[in-house]
Amino acid sequence: MRVNCKVNGVERVADDVWEGESLLYVLRERLGLPGSKNACEQGECGSCTVYLDGTAVTSCLVAAGQAIDREVVTVEGLSGEGGLDPVQDAFVRAGAVQCGFCTPGLIVSVHDLLARTPDPTDPQIREALAGNLCRCTGYEKIMDAVRTAARESRA
Amino acid sequence: MTAHPGLAATVAEGIGSSPVRPDGRLKATGEFAFSSDLWADRMLWGATLRSPHPRARILSLDTSAALAMSGVHAVLTHEDVPGAKLYGLEHSDQPVLAIDQVRYQGEPIAIVAADHPEIAASAAAAIAVEYEVLAPIVDPEAAVLPDSEQVHAGRPNLLRAVPIRKGDPDAAADVVVSGVYEVGMQDQAFLGPESGLAVPAEDGGVELYIATQWLHADLGQTAACLGLPPEKVRMTLSGVGGAFGGREDVSMQVHACLLALRTGRPVKMVYGREESFFGHVHRHPAKLWYEHGAGRDGRIVYVKARILLDGGAYASSSGAVVANAASLGIGPYDVPNVVMDGEVIYSNNPPCGAMRGFGAVQACFAYEAQMDLLAEACGLDPVEIRVRNALATGHTMPTGQLVEGPAPVERLMRIVGDAPPAPEGADFLPGGTANTSRGEGVVRGVGYAIGIKNICFSDGFDDYSTARLRLEMVGGRPAVLVHTAAAEVGQGLVTVLAQIVRTELGIEQVTIAPSDTRVGSAGSTSASRQTYMTGGAVRAACEAVRARLAERGAPGRDPLTEDVMAALLGDEAIEETVEWRHRPTQALDPETGQGDAHVQYAFAAHRATVDVDVDLGLVRVVEIVTAQDVGKAINPSAVVGQIHGGTAQGLGLALMEEIQVSGGKVRNPSFTDYLLPTIMDMPPMSVEVLELADPHAPYGLRGVGEPPTISSTPAIVAAIRAASGAALTRVPVRPEHIAGV
Repeated sequence: MRVNCKVNGVERVADDVWEGESLLYVLRERLGLPGSKNACEQGECGSCTVYLDGTAVTSCLVAAGQAIDREVVTVEGLSGEGGLDPVQDAFVRAGAVQCGFCTPGLIVSVHDLLARTPDPTDPQIREALAGNLCRCTGYEKIMDAVRTAARESRA
Repeated sequence: MTAHPGLAATVAEGIGSSPVRPDGRLKATGEFAFSSDLWADRMLWGATLRSPHPRARILSLDTSAALAMSGVHAVLTHEDVPGAKLYGLEHSDQPVLAIDQVRYQGEPIAIVAADHPEIAASAAAAIAVEYEVLAPIVDPEAAVLPDSEQVHAGRPNLLRAVPIRKGDPDAAADVVVSGVYEVGMQDQAFLGPESGLAVPAEDGGVELYIATQWLHADLGQTAACLGLPPEKVRMTLSGVGGAFGGREDVSMQVHACLLALRTGRPVKMVYGREESFFGHVHRHPAKLWYEHGAGRDGRIVYVKARILLDGGAYASSSGAVVANAASLGIGPYDVPNVVMDGEVIYSNNPPCGAMRGFGAVQACFAYEAQMDLLAEACGLDPVEIRVRNALATGHTMPTGQLVEGPAPVERLMRIVGDAPPAPEGADFLPGGTANTSRGEGVVRGVGYAIGIKNICFSDGFDDYSTARLRLEMVGGRPAVLVHTAAAEVGQGLVTVLAQIVRTELGIEQVTIAPSDTRVGSAGSTSASRQTYMTGGAVRAACEAVRARLAERGAPGRDPLTEDVMAALLGDEAIEETVEWRHRPTQALDPETGQGDAHVQYAFAAHRATVDVDVDLGLVRVVEIVTAQDVGKAINPSAVVGQIHGGTAQGLGLALMEEIQVSGGKVRNPSFTDYLLPTIMDMPPMSVEVLELADPHAPYGLRGVGEPPTISSTPAIVAAIRAASGAALTRVPVRPEHIAGV
């Protein structure tokens, strides 16, 4: 199967895609975008979170064929020529990154949260990130990073 | 303790500051290469056939159908292992691939290399295996008996016994409390599953890019199994997605190298989550019997205890785990009379080994429950009973080892005891967004616990690390390249090593080279030891570099300006490699458990505040306060990050994390069924850090990573007991234990 889709603003084509492959597999193994991570294959951990037509999804649960003719933005697409996205920058500075395996998915989820809710309360942050597992940080510095990113994005 | 006063002040981002981690930016943009992200031209994918049975004889094994499949390049069994057929951290007792029998569910039997991961998986499934299924040996209390059937024929199931005797074994006391406790099997659940890429080399050797905790231990075991001299196996650390003990043992290292050498092509192996549950060892489940005797004033007179750990099918690091459990098994308390028996056994349950806390976790759950029983029996509060019995400098451990340096048990308890109470109310009630209560039936409780952990390898192990430093002019400025084999697993060692160099040499430009086996062993990233050990080695290497500068005429020990440094160096680099050891330890006496077995002790205390829906048995942790002595916070932000993360893993063990094993089979090998704390489960955590220098340690530092994992579990359970009145002798606590249904 051939998969055509726009990824991070660029039209991409993947050929010989097996029908059982996920969008995550195509991104990682066929399009050279391994930033989205695979940690559970079940949509439980959020490490593979990407935007699909502007909606944050767990790409391990999206069949590759579902992405045909649609627009995907991954963590690699958030930082531009101008440097890091404010969410990425806040994560690094707050110490919210340890092993970093959950980080790309969390950053997309936080990016999505702040796009919808620029000034979230702590309970709103916790509810929005309940689908992103982190095993290293206990989430405290992730909370700090989100608060910082929200504040600086509004400024 | 600063080795060279004045030097630290001369350069930014030295020790005691919190520079951002050098890999942080790459991790935040998705560019950082984890082991599962690697790719090579002509790369094949590996897959593993695993046993569905916990105990069986293999009557026949037919790989022909798998080999005949299009896209399959190799199918290997134990007959294809050219070197040692067995490997292991402490004992070589685990087959690279099963030989005529399997001893646990998930044991690897055959491996496949194919063009696509799905073809590899299909080929593995096409291997025909005929089993004679045997009744698994799964009850630790029966397995430990001398007449039990043996997991390993000809070898007793009792893998190691650690008796510890101190004082009068027949001591009696006015107040006696006893209990039997159980700890379930916890998983490290690092987010980045086991993975690596093996690339055959032109010299007949192999290069392995791997996520691990200890490159040289992998190298030694892998080379032996491949039948290659160690110099023909070269390993490079790839990005590690967390570890927590679960990467100390070999998983797919040997398998990927075997497939690469057989096919002559790069082979990548990446476990999925389900396979990961079978691909690494877990925290030992434990049963613990405790009796504490005390005076009416609450002063402990004696502790008698038995700790039984289930090691599962293979030894891994079980011997060291049980030594920790036993030698730290009465907690950070001054007790004159101790009868302690630690035992770890073989069974047909999943193999267990290292996980953060390493034996100290299981014991702490039991001895802290006992302390609360004692407090109640003596009419004392939970802080006071612990203060009254607090271990302090100059006391002796049950092993006879003198406690040297700061042991601020009383102070840590006072800090968490005196912390302001958690705010009234809460953002979420027990049950969270499920809205199972509007507050009816919800009771608040507060609990306390304190724990003790040894830092670095103990029990007479020759524990060392190696650091190579290269100082040269780069772009007109002095720069240092640090080369070690130490595994950065997320904890921030790469940040800390650069901080040490900046402080010691006053040089801003410090680069941490990729960790690999072209330099000597750094030892394991475990036992909270890397800042102590590889940090110590890097500091010693800085001393050696400074001595070379002195030979070239460096004036005194004052900081050198960049101009002076440039003049001394010219275009000739200075390179120094140093192997550095902590002070030696002794093996525990096998009969009495006496000996100076540990290098350093570390302490953390927790206060947990919980809301419990006592009708439904649901818990929400409202707040956790932690106090920990770290000797010297080399990177204060990273220290607090370790304390947060360790505390969270302890919360997981208290409330939700358990590999459920029934008849030797794992019932919940997925993140849908094995629950990890989410951001909804974690409360705000406040952390108080003490910096009381240990005179024996580099900069006075104490290992940080493990202590917070140890005492958060019992503190949370104590808080649930306080709210619900339930006895709660087992973790993880389940709703029915609280609600009594």
